[in-house]
Amino acid sequence: MNNANHFVSSLTEKCRDKSLEEIFTILRDLVEDAQYPTVKEWRNQGGKVLGHFQVYFPEEIAHAAGMLPVKICGSQTDGVAVSQHFGSYLCSILKTSLGLALDKNIELDLFVGLPICDGARNLAGIWGRNFPYKSQILHLPQNPSSAAAPAFLRHEYQRLAQDIEKVTETPMSDEALRNSIKLYNHSRRLMFDIYQLRRTEPWKLSADESMALIAAAGFLLREEWVALAENLLPRIKARQAQQREKMRVVLEGGFCETPPFDFLQAVSRSCYVVDDDLFIGLRYLLEDVETEGDPLQNLADAYLFKSSYSAVQHDDDKPNEKMLLERVKNSNAEAVILASAKMCEPGLDEQVAYGKELDEKGIPYFISEFEENQTTFDDISIQLETFVENVMFD
Amino acid sequence: MSDIDLKERAGTAQFDQGQSIVGRGQREAARLTREWFSSLDKAAREEKKAAYVFVMGSMSEVLRTFDLPIVFPEVTSLQLAVRGMSEELLKKSEDYGYSPDVCGYVKSDVALHLAGGHHPMGMIPKACLSITTNACNTYFKWAEAWERIFHAPIITVDVPSERANGCKSMPQDIDYQFEVDYVTGQIKELIAKCEAITGKKFDIDKFRECLVHSNTMNVYYKKVLDLNANTPAVFNHLTDGLAYLGMANCFRGTAEGAQYFKELYEEMNYRVEHSIGAITRIDGKLVSLEQKFRLGLRGVPCYPIIREFDEMFSKWGGIFVASGYLTWASGGMSKPFEFDLNNPIESFAEGTVRQVREVQGGVIFDMPEIEKRGSRFNLDGVVYHGVKSCRTASSSLADRRFCSSEEQGLPILLIESELVDPRAVSKAQLKNRVDAFFEGLISRQHKEQMQ
Repeated sequence: MNNANHFVSSLTEKCRDKSLEEIFTILRDLVEDAQYPTVKEWRNQGGKVLGHFQVYFPEEIAHAAGMLPVKICGSQTDGVAVSQHFGSYLCSILKTSLGLALDKNIELDLFVGLPICDGARNLAGIWGRNFPYKSQILHLPQNPSSAAAPAFLRHEYQRLAQDIEKVTETPMSDEALRNSIKLYNHSRRLMFDIYQLRRTEPWKLSADESMALIAAAGFLLREEWVALAENLLPRIKARQAQQREKMRVVLEGGFCETPPFDFLQAVSRSCYVVDDDLFIGLRYLLEDVETEGDPLQNLADAYLFKSSYSAVQHDDDKPNEKMLLERVKNSNAEAVILASAKMCEPGLDEQVAYGKELDEKGIPYFISEFEENQTTFDDISIQLETFVENVMFD
Repeated sequence: MSDIDLKERAGTAQFDQGQSIVGRGQREAARLTREWFSSLDKAAREEKKAAYVFVMGSMSEVLRTFDLPIVFPEVTSLQLAVRGMSEELLKKSEDYGYSPDVCGYVKSDVALHLAGGHHPMGMIPKACLSITTNACNTYFKWAEAWERIFHAPIITVDVPSERANGCKSMPQDIDYQFEVDYVTGQIKELIAKCEAITGKKFDIDKFRECLVHSNTMNVYYKKVLDLNANTPAVFNHLTDGLAYLGMANCFRGTAEGAQYFKELYEEMNYRVEHSIGAITRIDGKLVSLEQKFRLGLRGVPCYPIIREFDEMFSKWGGIFVASGYLTWASGGMSKPFEFDLNNPIESFAEGTVRQVREVQGGVIFDMPEIEKRGSRFNLDGVVYHGVKSCRTASSSLADRRFCSSEEQGLPILLIESELVDPRAVSKAQLKNRVDAFFEGLISRQHKEQMQ
């Protein structure tokens, strides 16, 4: 059953006639709500849910089959009970993601793990041992520049589509997939508009507000998110906000586990975050996916040839440190905040490469770590202010 | 534990280490390891450049065809840890910018190269290329570090793992064909890149020779592992097994490697026939180890205190008769695949899919030979040893132990220490946990005897 045409969550009603500030507060609360109330509403109406771990996942395939794709990306729960399933040396997002499901805060019909790091590659196995529904790995090529990658990825998407069809018990048509691709193309364009606004007029949309809006796309039905973004974007553009003397920075390191909203607010006290990699997976495809021809091949080609970058994808054609320089250049940033999640091995490793590259180019940077459950932000605020003063008055 | 304690625990049988077939595998492994390091040292001094590879998917057969010296930084890093040299290097790499929370293998290796490659067992030649697979995600970051240090290109061979527990694609499946085609394409690209880098034409007959040797190694490596199903077990995975791993990796695709495993099997078979179990060296003499508890190991060894780590178990009569480590760290050699010499490239690609997939599947999903009660290894318990420096092999251990202990009824021990970083090893804490585990095993045995 495809519920997409009928379902609208309670969020839309909650946001009606509210000010921008009130809507961002509602969104932030919803993003932080470990109970996933809008996903529960979907399930209560008979909808099926596909949970996928960070970073990139071809949501269009699940959407076309009538499932709700939900980005499983941890929570601000304490993670104490679930920690018995993991070693002490692992990042928080792995633990709290499993915890969400063990505590039945979110119930799934299919879980897809992405082997993005040494910890996450184990998640599908762990999930499979703890839940009765199918848990599987989606193998996104780690050699995207190989001439053999497009055919393989197309088939991998087909394999995934078949598993999804088993859950929905309904065949997925090319037409449905093309329609979903069109919808997601549109939603990505809206996300790019949001980011373009932050690059040009960052005083109109702070980093934490931006993350609240983008993150909601990870669990709302995409039609609802598009309607929300279409409503908000003109209002944000028309916002009367005063430009301040703040340093323009790129925030890099939140591609998987994301920092708490308060962390971003602490950063925003002294900086305009003009670009970042928060929820980069939702906007990983940089151009519209072709809508003519074979939709699965089009999705595969878009991932391989028209995509962004992250610390968890190796691509000979897109060295991450060079891509970071591009991001800095395109956003006209003056400095970079390299903020890795604690115990995030790819993020921490990448900090070394980024740091050396930025040193070579003479671009100032600030190194920090965060955790999704972090509750104190005074240190980061003071350290960052000191960094900004040092750079500005150097 | 002192040697005196060991003497008390060890069996009484002694063996003439100079002439006897018993212990030959260990002697040869030591000799070949020295030779391997000497060959690297020679290459470095002659300013020859090497291929840097990893144990899971080394592509050695292709590289040997181009006469490239092959460096296994996992092997050189573990040697640094065993020799007590990793701590200083780890500190240097942290000064360079690395976090204390990332893989110590990478850090000690990077610091080694930043300091000129002076390894205690010989100079390590610089890289002209590196090959990485996806069997471990840290491989990519490690190879990217070499790329920056040596300006050497990275060649990736991406091998799809099984996607869900017990869901391996089989040759008759369409999924399997796509996987093999993907890897075949990458192997052909690898060969073309090697030709460009070395300036040599790919010699397919030489490649076939390497495959012949690997075929032999595959067969005998597996046979040796299988022999440990006997009682007494003929070798200890945590001591002897590490030497076999070194041979399996550093000599893959060579005549020496093939001969080594053929002879090792001969020795082990002899020992099965004569009931000569695992042995250790005391006062220069080889003596048999007491075997009271047959254990399985999931995870990795604790190299900074490797001898003490083993003794924590052996003093109670514990012997590791099976391990995940000897499966996946051998590059999948425990899953024999006979390369077809009539179709060498495609067959090599298929073998790579099968072996590297085996490696990944065993790490991510279940390993019934170790984690099931009543496996042919007849285990008394399973030790899960997780470390920060190998999240690939460690991340699921805490969760898996529930299956082993609750569903299979196997006694389990979950411990954490480190692969290379001595700062993260708490000997007293480890010992307490290990002692308690054995006390539990003994108590369990008594109860079973009473019943």
